[in-house]
Amino acid sequence: MRNPVWRRLSEDQQESLKKNWHKFSTNPLSIIGLSSVVLVIFFAVFAPWIAPSPQSWGRWVDFSHASLPPSWKYPFGTDIFGRDILSRIMYGFRYDLLMALCILGMVVFPGTFLGLVAGYYKETWIDTVIMRIADIFLAIPSLVLALSICALLEPSLFNSMMAVSVLWWPWYTRLAYGITSSLRNEYFVQAAELMGASPISIMFKEILPNCLSPIFTKMTLDVGWVILIGSTLSFVGLGAQEPMPALGNMVAKGSRYMPDYWWMAIFPALAIAFTILGFNLLGDGIRDMLAVEEI
Amino acid sequence: MKLSTYVLKRLFYSVFVLLGLSILIFTISRVVPGDPARLSLGPLAPQWAVDQLREKLHLNDPLPVQYFIWLTNALQGDLGESLVSKRSVMKDFLTFFPATLELVIFSIVISTVLSIILGALAGRRANSLFDNLVRVFSYIGIAVPNFVWAVIALFAFGYVWKVLPVMGQLSVGLSRPPVVTGAMSLDSLLAGRVDVFINHLSHMILPSLCMSIDRLAQDAKILRAGIVENLRKDYITAAVSYGIPERRIMMRYLLKPSLIPLVSIMGMEIAASMGGSFIIETIFNWPGFGRYSMWAMLNKDLNAVVASVMLMGLFFALFNIVVDVIVAYLDPRIRVMERAT
Repeated sequence: MRNPVWRRLSEDQQESLKKNWHKFSTNPLSIIGLSSVVLVIFFAVFAPWIAPSPQSWGRWVDFSHASLPPSWKYPFGTDIFGRDILSRIMYGFRYDLLMALCILGMVVFPGTFLGLVAGYYKETWIDTVIMRIADIFLAIPSLVLALSICALLEPSLFNSMMAVSVLWWPWYTRLAYGITSSLRNEYFVQAAELMGASPISIMFKEILPNCLSPIFTKMTLDVGWVILIGSTLSFVGLGAQEPMPALGNMVAKGSRYMPDYWWMAIFPALAIAFTILGFNLLGDGIRDMLAVEEI
Repeated sequence: MKLSTYVLKRLFYSVFVLLGLSILIFTISRVVPGDPARLSLGPLAPQWAVDQLREKLHLNDPLPVQYFIWLTNALQGDLGESLVSKRSVMKDFLTFFPATLELVIFSIVISTVLSIILGALAGRRANSLFDNLVRVFSYIGIAVPNFVWAVIALFAFGYVWKVLPVMGQLSVGLSRPPVVTGAMSLDSLLAGRVDVFINHLSHMILPSLCMSIDRLAQDAKILRAGIVENLRKDYITAAVSYGIPERRIMMRYLLKPSLIPLVSIMGMEIAASMGGSFIIETIFNWPGFGRYSMWAMLNKDLNAVVASVMLMGLFFALFNIVVDVIVAYLDPRIRVMERAT
């Protein structure tokens, strides 16, 4: 039709894409989610070019414009160092998204792989070892474990990413395990086994494709959760450190000047809520579109 | 399988998981850079004092030996000494925990009641204006982190609209009742001080709401979905055609089956609110175990951090077992055996 990528797809693929898009776009909430996610990503990527005062990113002071309330020039006001809060929020999106992407990137592949292996060797010692270790990480609320690991390491953006990754992989292991163990005895897997396919090739070629849409859906939903945990960590001072404009950090710093300089805390807080809400709505929309039931 | 066998099996399994958790957190706490003895005594302490403390904390032994010593003590209820306050962590836990438990229970009661009301009304009148309002509320409630609600509540009630107290456990001018249980709501009743009790309850409203608003939103959403789904079932149509009053159908045939999925995630959610209490107690200055743990974490008090993680793990395990038993009791269809995996 229009572009070469589209033309290369087969009729069936074109048809199913059209159908999915129709299903997705008829739900107004999904569209709201998609637009807010696109907006957040746009701000995050182009922050240095579109931020009204890019120098507000870091160690920079302008006391002549300190603590100004929202105005046309500074839509979200300025903080006590005279840094533009709107610009800092745009950079804050950067760190929060970066954190979510890094964590999910580190977590999805090993987590899924372990789940595939455990599900394929269901009811052997391999299954027991992998799944019981996964249970240990789920034995305590993730926020508490993340807080303690961050506290034991030196607090920084990198360490908080490590801490969240350490406790996030079991969710993907569980998801992949559930799907794999239910597909384990299907005919197409048995047929591949009879033809002499190796376990690795069965796992990756036969079973993995069936896990992709639940995993993709879970990743979209998880971006919201990771941002939530990450911003909580930086709020209590165990995540990204000043002068890095992480949103949780900005809420914590701003809430000290709360009654009089309310804009310093409220706007970053709204930005966090906006981001998480966007990803949740988008994730719900994708889940309905792909008809994923596992999550 | 009988329920008692099942509970025993779950208990045994939880012991295993808790051992694993203790190995994990203990190892992390000992391999991180920084000498706990030096941290405890400060940079100005002489080297011999540090060496002495290292010896006392068994820091010179190999890691497995250290873990074994820690485990033997922990099983006897001795979780070590706080490196900062030099007090026994277990003693601190017993002092601070009742306040947390009281707050968490209060928040569970508030959020459960509210979520049942919101969810049931929204499900009964699906797609009405009220239903849509509840839906918007649940999306926002789930998406906004607890600390953001807390900051907003501090602003709204602390400065703009001063109807509810925002800090601590009691207003200035009221004296604490004598400590019996540690939970002030019980203590004040035991001492016969109704004014203190009411004042204390009003101090609990904002923290417990901020702590559980995500739970409240989630539960209302699940309950609404359950009711909408069950409304389509044949037995409801049958009940309606028999002419059974709507209120009775609602209470008797609709609400009970729709509550089951809610109860089954309750254990997880309660434990998550305990986790949320770390942040909320710190913000609202509530003298509970969450604030204590948070303070330990910010001060890198290794022993106290390890102990709080283990105690949280213990509560999480117990809550989940209790909830599983309740669900098995509520829903005879659920085979206890199948849930054991």
